[in-house]
Amino acid sequence: MTSTRSLWSQIALLAIIIAICVFPFYWMVTTSLKTQVVALEAPPVWLFEPTLNNYREALFEDGVLRTLMNSLIIAVCTTLLALILGVPAAFALARFEFRGKKDLWFWFITNRMVSPIVLALPFFLIARNLGLLDKHITLILIYLTFNLPIVIWIVTDQFRGIPYDLDEAARLEGASQFTIMRKICLPLAMPGVAVSAIFSFIFSWNELMFGLVLTRSEAKTAPAMAVSFMEGYNLPYGKIMATSTLIVIPVLIFALIASKQLVRGLTMGAVK
Amino acid sequence: MRGQVPRKTILSFIGPAVLGLAIVGIAPLLYAIWTSLHFYNLTQLRRVEFIGLQNYWDVLTDDAFWQAMSRTFFLLGTALPLQIALGLGIALVLHQPGLTILKTLARLSLVLPMATTYAVVGLLGQVMFNQKFGVVNQLMGGADINWIGDPQNAFMMIIFWDVWQWTPFVALVLLAGLTMVPGEIEEAARLETKSKWTVLRYVQLPFLLPGLVAVLILRTADTLKLFDMVFTLTRGGPGASTEFISLLIQRVGFRAFDQGLASAQAIILLIVTIVLAQIYIRVFYKEV
Repeated sequence: MTSTRSLWSQIALLAIIIAICVFPFYWMVTTSLKTQVVALEAPPVWLFEPTLNNYREALFEDGVLRTLMNSLIIAVCTTLLALILGVPAAFALARFEFRGKKDLWFWFITNRMVSPIVLALPFFLIARNLGLLDKHITLILIYLTFNLPIVIWIVTDQFRGIPYDLDEAARLEGASQFTIMRKICLPLAMPGVAVSAIFSFIFSWNELMFGLVLTRSEAKTAPAMAVSFMEGYNLPYGKIMATSTLIVIPVLIFALIASKQLVRGLTMGAVK
Repeated sequence: MRGQVPRKTILSFIGPAVLGLAIVGIAPLLYAIWTSLHFYNLTQLRRVEFIGLQNYWDVLTDDAFWQAMSRTFFLLGTALPLQIALGLGIALVLHQPGLTILKTLARLSLVLPMATTYAVVGLLGQVMFNQKFGVVNQLMGGADINWIGDPQNAFMMIIFWDVWQWTPFVALVLLAGLTMVPGEIEEAARLETKSKWTVLRYVQLPFLLPGLVAVLILRTADTLKLFDMVFTLTRGGPGASTEFISLLIQRVGFRAFDQGLASAQAIILLIVTIVLAQIYIRVFYKEV
């Protein structure tokens, strides 16, 4: 008797948790399918005739498509660059002993915690002086400040989990450290590399402030675009939600793929 | 022998990353320090001049700065306990046996808020909390609450979204801790006592502590960084009621164009962050 009741209360609790997590997404998607007239109805309507007009207008008339492309190019390039620079460093941190290793580690951690506004001020002035405002390369480089530490973290952790005997055997056969990393450890560390790449992509794709401060039109990112709809009196809510939906969907897919490692990544390995 | 590698090899592995991070992470900071020692206004670029520590003095005696700082920590002090209480509740529900499919579904939906673009959370807030056509007022039985235009309500709205977005994170961290408790010990404890509270306090809490400390420190750092969501939702307003530290610095630097003063604020924020990061290291990353 009590157990059935507790079972039902458990089901109810779980349903509430799911509903609260998912409802804002439901509301975002349905609002994106409303015409401006329906979107501004008070109180809001739940049943209406859906239209894809907002998506068509946002993508092809207001240039959201281009900003999505910009975000994609920037997120992919910065992720690749972070992997190219970060994987060897992670290998060194996991396998070699050297002086200053602790300081290096500390520096990487600090980078994860620094508020982006601290860097946004000097970046803006430097980029302006060098004529680098509104260029993809500027954001690609700047996003390294948070992507590189993440890649190094997760991949170092992964390399540490690979038995050292494998290296040893290869070294006796005369393989260089680089060959050992590339041929032996990297294939085994692929899960960690993939997760760190997903994280790096998500963080870059989601970033707003640098995009806002350092781009105008050519390299404008999708979140900066969504925010720029928020000016004026008659806000195009349907269109804003359509753009938001387009921004959020790829991230949610990636997050669900990496859901098992999400906590580990967000705590930088403090919680496994 | 493990780890005995020529210095040249080490450098070739670690050098590119260090150089990369130095260029994007350290050079700008040095430039920010230089800027913070100057009068540097974007509207009066002819008048850039060295003024020593004047900017720092101005920041430290500026009420707006201290108010933004205390507002930031007040947000942390209200949102974090809520996140921990709700997160612990969710973790305990998910930790109970049975209902596997529903629990997997719940765990997957917990992932969604964490991954959502912060700027989109703010935009969603604008739509859902609108006084006239917002769904929140409708769900509250046709209430007529002005969420965005009222200082206190706006602050509550920020707390709501911070809790919505980060409670799942706390829940999953604590759930990871709960699964670390050895099954035999938990069962033995449940045979000894019927009180769930006793089990939580004496058996499960020790396993939750590392996660709780991680949550505390990461949420502190993230609250100091908080910008995107608030910027898209309230721009720090109405008045300065939701102007947290990162928003204040952005306003001073990019809307009042006083880069010198903003840089001084940023450097002070950086010092606060480094002190916190030191604590972080001391607590967690001893093993390296």
